[in-house]
Amino acid sequence: MRKIRVLVAKPGLDGHDRGAKVVARALRDAGMEVIYTGLRQTAEQIVETALQEDVDCVGLSILSGAHMTLVPKVVELLKRNQAGDILVAVGGIIPDEDAATLRRMGVGGVFGPGTSTQEIVTFIQSHVSA
Amino acid sequence: MELVDRLLAGDRRACARLITLVENEAPEAKQALREVYPYTGNAHVIGVTGPPGAGKSSLVDKLTQYYREQGETVGVIAVDPSSPFTGGALLGDRIRMQERATDPGVFIRSMGTRGHMGGLALTTKDVIKILDAFGKDIILVETVGTGQDEIDIIKAADTVLVVTMPSLGDDIQAIKAGILEIGDIFVVNKADLDYVDKAVMELEMMLDFNSDKGWRPPVVRTVANMGVGIEELAEAIQAHIGYLRKEGLFEEKRRLKIEMELLEVLNQLIVKEVLEKAKKTNEFDNLVDLILERETDCYTAAEKLLNPK
Ligand SMILES: Nc1nc2c(ncn2[C@@H]2O[C@H](COP(=O)(O)OP(=O)(O)OP(=O)(O)O)[C@@H](O)[C@H]2O)c(=O)[nH]1
Ligand SMILES: [Mg+2]
Repeated sequence: MRKIRVLVAKPGLDGHDRGAKVVARALRDAGMEVIYTGLRQTAEQIVETALQEDVDCVGLSILSGAHMTLVPKVVELLKRNQAGDILVAVGGIIPDEDAATLRRMGVGGVFGPGTSTQEIVTFIQSHVSA
Repeated sequence: MELVDRLLAGDRRACARLITLVENEAPEAKQALREVYPYTGNAHVIGVTGPPGAGKSSLVDKLTQYYREQGETVGVIAVDPSSPFTGGALLGDRIRMQERATDPGVFIRSMGTRGHMGGLALTTKDVIKILDAFGKDIILVETVGTGQDEIDIIKAADTVLVVTMPSLGDDIQAIKAGILEIGDIFVVNKADLDYVDKAVMELEMMLDFNSDKGWRPPVVRTVANMGVGIEELAEAIQAHIGYLRKEGLFEEKRRLKIEMELLEVLNQLIVKEVLEKAKKTNEFDNLVDLILERETDCYTAAEKLLNPK
């Protein structure tokens, strides 16, 4: 039987992973397999992990404000590894214009601080083809 | 099959995808495993088991680093429990292995226990085969040592490490019957904490008491997060391999494992075939009703399913 696999990663230097953990648990409770890798991930580590774990979705939690450097790098590296089909979702405090830019680059979803976990679950379920 | 060719050529995405097919028990997996099998048997498989939080992942990380420095390639399979209610799982072993994430000589895969039709052990053995054919010299399999299922996984290993840590309690933590028998090497991790000597002594005593085989498992102290004792542990593993080879036990052990695996596969096939036939006719449900009403019993019903008229 197929299962949705999601990598929840926390790139960058900020030391908060409470939000990422809450999302990770919610996805698990929705029946997904969540690979959680902890703090301070580089884009290279994230992409390599996503490939080895054969995930359907990469969820990035970024609070440091570094999203415009980190996220494009992840998207670019995925594409370079013929893995552009992996859904990328970003959570954090991200201004609207940045969110629009990220979406144009290929990010599937951008979620602000007020987002309910159910919303994220539904988003992934509907974007990952069964 | 194209995926298998790519696996044998060293393509890690093909490796990842094949493992997914095996985990999903997808129909394509069987044919792939057939094609992969001739290329297996070269890796040394090391099982790492022990109670939650004992430091298994930290040890796997440092052993991986050690073997890489020796020029060997390493595959890691980290198994964590799936929720029996939702089927979901939080797989967090990689947190301790981040430094290995971008090493091209290392391939790490996290697995949930799921509810595999053919059993978790069989699935894990098939994932080991994929990594073996992928060319990994050493394959480390991490699992929490609870339940028969997980003990069965560990039996797939050539060398089994049982990891514990010092505790305040009377007994050495969670060294249950059954675990003592399967350990080839015992690791007392967190040797930087109090009560290490006590833990080591207790283990040594238990092992002396239990020692009726040619190999008396050594007890090794480590501080996994600091990388202390890793070389000693690797030496103990090497000594165990040497022992198996010298006594001719290596082949014997693998033969026993193949026997066991063939039986498991046979079991699975028979059950599947019988159930498929019975489902078409409602025979299975009818028999359950009859057993419930005491009109027949499980033995008679099972024979009926096996030999339908
Ligand atoms: N003091 C001390 N802490 C350690 C040692 N080895 C690991 N730890 C810590 O113990 C905790 C658990 O380590 P892990 O390696 O994740 O243990 P595990 O057995 O893989 O845990 P599970 O997979 O959850 O069962 C982490 O916080 C480690 O940093 C050690 O030798 N000494
Ligand atoms: Mg672990």
